[in-house]
Amino acid sequence: MAASEEASRPFAGLSDVSIAEDIPVEGDISVPVGPSRRDDEFSTLDEPVKDTIMRDLRAVGNKFIHVLYPKQSSALLRDWDLWGPLLLCVTLALLLQGGAADHEDQGGPQFAEVFVIVWFGSIIITLNSKLLGGTISFFQSLCVLGYCIMPLTVAMVVCRIVLVISSGRVVFAVRLAVVTASFGWSTFASTAFLADSQPPNRKALVVYPVFLFYFVIAWMILTYSPQQ
Amino acid sequence: MASPNNLQFQEFEEAAELLSADPGASTLSMSGSNTPNTTASAGEDVKLDLSEDEEGQQESSELLGGQKPSGGFWTFEYYQSFFDVDTMQVLDRVKGSVMPQPGRNFIKYYLRSNPDLYGPFWICVTLVFSVVISGNLSTFLAEQKNPTFHYRPQFHRVTIAAVVIFMYAWLVPIGLWGFLTWRQGAERQIGGYSFLETVCVYGYSLFIYIPTSVLWIIPYDWLHWMLILIAMVISGSVLVLTFWPVVRDDTKVTAVATVVTIVVLHTLLAVGCKLYFFHAETSPPTALPTTSTLHNHTTLAFKTD
Repeated sequence: MAASEEASRPFAGLSDVSIAEDIPVEGDISVPVGPSRRDDEFSTLDEPVKDTIMRDLRAVGNKFIHVLYPKQSSALLRDWDLWGPLLLCVTLALLLQGGAADHEDQGGPQFAEVFVIVWFGSIIITLNSKLLGGTISFFQSLCVLGYCIMPLTVAMVVCRIVLVISSGRVVFAVRLAVVTASFGWSTFASTAFLADSQPPNRKALVVYPVFLFYFVIAWMILTYSPQQ
Repeated sequence: MASPNNLQFQEFEEAAELLSADPGASTLSMSGSNTPNTTASAGEDVKLDLSEDEEGQQESSELLGGQKPSGGFWTFEYYQSFFDVDTMQVLDRVKGSVMPQPGRNFIKYYLRSNPDLYGPFWICVTLVFSVVISGNLSTFLAEQKNPTFHYRPQFHRVTIAAVVIFMYAWLVPIGLWGFLTWRQGAERQIGGYSFLETVCVYGYSLFIYIPTSVLWIIPYDWLHWMLILIAMVISGSVLVLTFWPVVRDDTKVTAVATVVTIVVLHTLLAVGCKLYFFHAETSPPTALPTTSTLHNHTTLAFKTD
C-alpha cells in the first residue's frame, strides 16, 4: 500500500475512479482539442436513432450524387462505406430474377451468381490494382466499384419497365442504347475516381478489368428476357 | 552528368536500344538506392547480349534480369513481383503471341526472365466471357428462322467455360513443366523453363482465341473450321517455337511426342469450345446439346487422363 502510494504521489487525486475534469494532464503530451473533434464530445449513443440513420443515409446519398456527376473528389474515397454497393447489388440481383425459364437452368443468372460476379469481381479488380502498385486502399476501391454500378441498376429498372410494354425489336434497340450509355457512364465514373491512384504507365492495365467487369454486368442486363 | 539528387533507375528498354546499337559498350546504371555521394564510377556495370540467336544467348544481368520473388509466399510482395509489368510490355507480349516469328522464342525474347501473371489471368477471364457471349449470340442468330425459338441467356455456360479454360491454362503447364523438368534431370540447367514462364506462355498463347471466338458469331460452318485452323497454326506455332529448343536435345521419340501432345491438347480445347458453345446453322437445335455435351465430356475425360 505504501509503495503504491509513493508511486502514485505524482498522480495524487487520481486514486479515486472517477477523474474530475479539472485535474491537469502532466507531462509533455498535449492533445489539441479543436473543432474537428467535435464528434467526440457527444457520444453517438445518446442521439436519437433517426439521427444515426439519417447520417448514414445522407452519406450514401451524397455518394450517389457524386457518381451521377463524377468529378475528381476525395470525399468518395475518404469516407468509404459498403452500404451503397450492397443496396445496389441486391436491387440488381432481385431485378434480374423472374426472367425467362426461371425454373430451368438455361435461364438468366441466379441471385447468387449475380452476387458472386459483383463482389468477387470487385475484389479481384481491387487485388489486381493493388498488385500492380496502386495506392488506393482495399475498401475504398470496393466502395468506388460498387457505387459505380448505379447507372447500370438504373438501366435495369428502365429495361424492366420498357419490357412490360412490349418486347419487340424497337424495344430492344431502346434497351441497347440505354444499357450502352449506362455502361459507358459507369466505366467513366469509376475511372475518374480510380485513375489517380495508379502508377502512370499501368493505367490501362488497371482500367481494362474495370471495363470488362461493367461489360459483363451490362450483358447480363441486356440479355434479360421476360418470362412468357 | 545528372545531379545526385535526381538519380533515377534507367529504363530497361532505353538501355537495350543503346546496347543494340553498340553491343560492346558497357552501361552504368545508378539505382535510386545508391547513396548520393557516390560518383558515376561506383555504378554497376550491366552487359546484356541482345542477339536473337537462342543458341549462344547468355544473360548476365544481375540488376535487370532474374526477378526473384521477394519474401515468403505469404507476403503480399511475393505476389506483387508477378505483376511487375507495364502496359507496353503486356501489349508487346500479346503482339508476340499473335505474330510468331521462327527465330523468336517467346520466353527468351518477350518474357526475359520477367514472367507475369497479369496477362495469363486476364486473357483467360476475357476468353471465358467472349466464348460464352459469342456462343450465346451465335445461337441467337442461328435460330432466327425458327419460330418456336425463345431466347435464353444460358448463363450456366459461364461456369462451365471458366472451369474448362482455367483448368487448361493451369493444369497443362503444370504437367508440361513437370515432364520437362523430369526429363532434364541433372544433365543440364540451360534451357529449362520455370513454372511461371510455362504458365505465362500458355496464357498468352490463348489470346488468339479471343478474336476467333468473336468471329465465330458469323454462322457459317466452313468459316468456323477455317478460323480454328488459322488460330491453331498461330497459337500452336508460338508454343512449338518455345518448347522445341528444350525438347530437341532429348530422344527423337520423346521430343516429337511432346510437341505433338502440346498441339493436340491445344486443338482439343479449340474444337471442344467450338462444338459446345457454338451451333452451326445446319444443325437442329434440340438434338445438338446432348451430342455436344457428350463430346465435351469425352474431351474433358481425355484431358484429365
